[in-house]
Amino acid sequence: MALNRDFVGRTYASSAPYEVSRVKISEFATAIGDSNPIYHDRQAAVAAGHPDVVAPPTFPIVFSLLGTGDALADPELGLDFSMVVHGEQRFEYERPIHAGDELVCASTIAEIRSVGRNEFLTLRSDVSTTSGELVCRTYNVIVERGGAA
Amino acid sequence: MAATVKYDEVEAGQQIPAVEYRVRRVDLVRYAGASGDFNPIHWNERYAKAVGLPDVIAHGMYTMAQGGRFVTDWAGDPGAVVEYGVRFSSMVVVPDDDNGATITISGIVEEKREDKRVVVALTAKSGDSRVLSKARAVVQLS
Repeated sequence: MALNRDFVGRTYASSAPYEVSRVKISEFATAIGDSNPIYHDRQAAVAAGHPDVVAPPTFPIVFSLLGTGDALADPELGLDFSMVVHGEQRFEYERPIHAGDELVCASTIAEIRSVGRNEFLTLRSDVSTTSGELVCRTYNVIVERGGAA
Repeated sequence: MAATVKYDEVEAGQQIPAVEYRVRRVDLVRYAGASGDFNPIHWNERYAKAVGLPDVIAHGMYTMAQGGRFVTDWAGDPGAVVEYGVRFSSMVVVPDDDNGATITISGIVEEKREDKRVVVALTAKSGDSRVLSKARAVVQLS
């Protein structure tokens, strides 16, 4: 079933700030097999010029879509999650994310288009601190296989 | 925060040698837990096959993370990556055995920009398939 184009342009905010912790950064880095001490050891991160341990480049995937879960599950959108695969992902950083950051996300359904038998949905998320400093932007394209058939 | 690679010592066209990354089922389970992405296509063979996939496949973000590792290990500081994007062009199928799958990543300095930034283009393969396309990182060098 084609996705409902009325959802294009809608923006969803995270319900509560995401608090970036040293433990979570270390857990995520371990899960991607990365033992870089800048992810695991505060002293190593400070020695490299960071205020605290920093997050790996793909870390924002942990929290950047929290606000959109309900939107993507909305029956009005018509998305069949069992057929979803990840199409594209991009991160643009204003600065590295580090432990201690309290981040909020505003995620916008930027585009929905059909390519062949598949539906492509683009989500853009603006990640900012609770004091309003933009930290990064993420772009996420999900593909619903067979959705346009 | 500073990359250990110096802009003046890098040439456009410079190759970054390939690195192999292993991905087994246990890695996907661990990544599911750490990332919060529990889509069963990444750990449940029965479910994956029922929705038309050949077997359990790796999270695209797991493969992307290995590309990130490749770039940050080259640059010397994770904070040096100012932009990173990929397209997931093919699935990484992960069999239920001790070897799992292998993702081989290599890179090339595609372009030198102003402000001591370079564009690194990545090639990521699993078996004969290119699993990422349009994989590019912009890195702030020192």
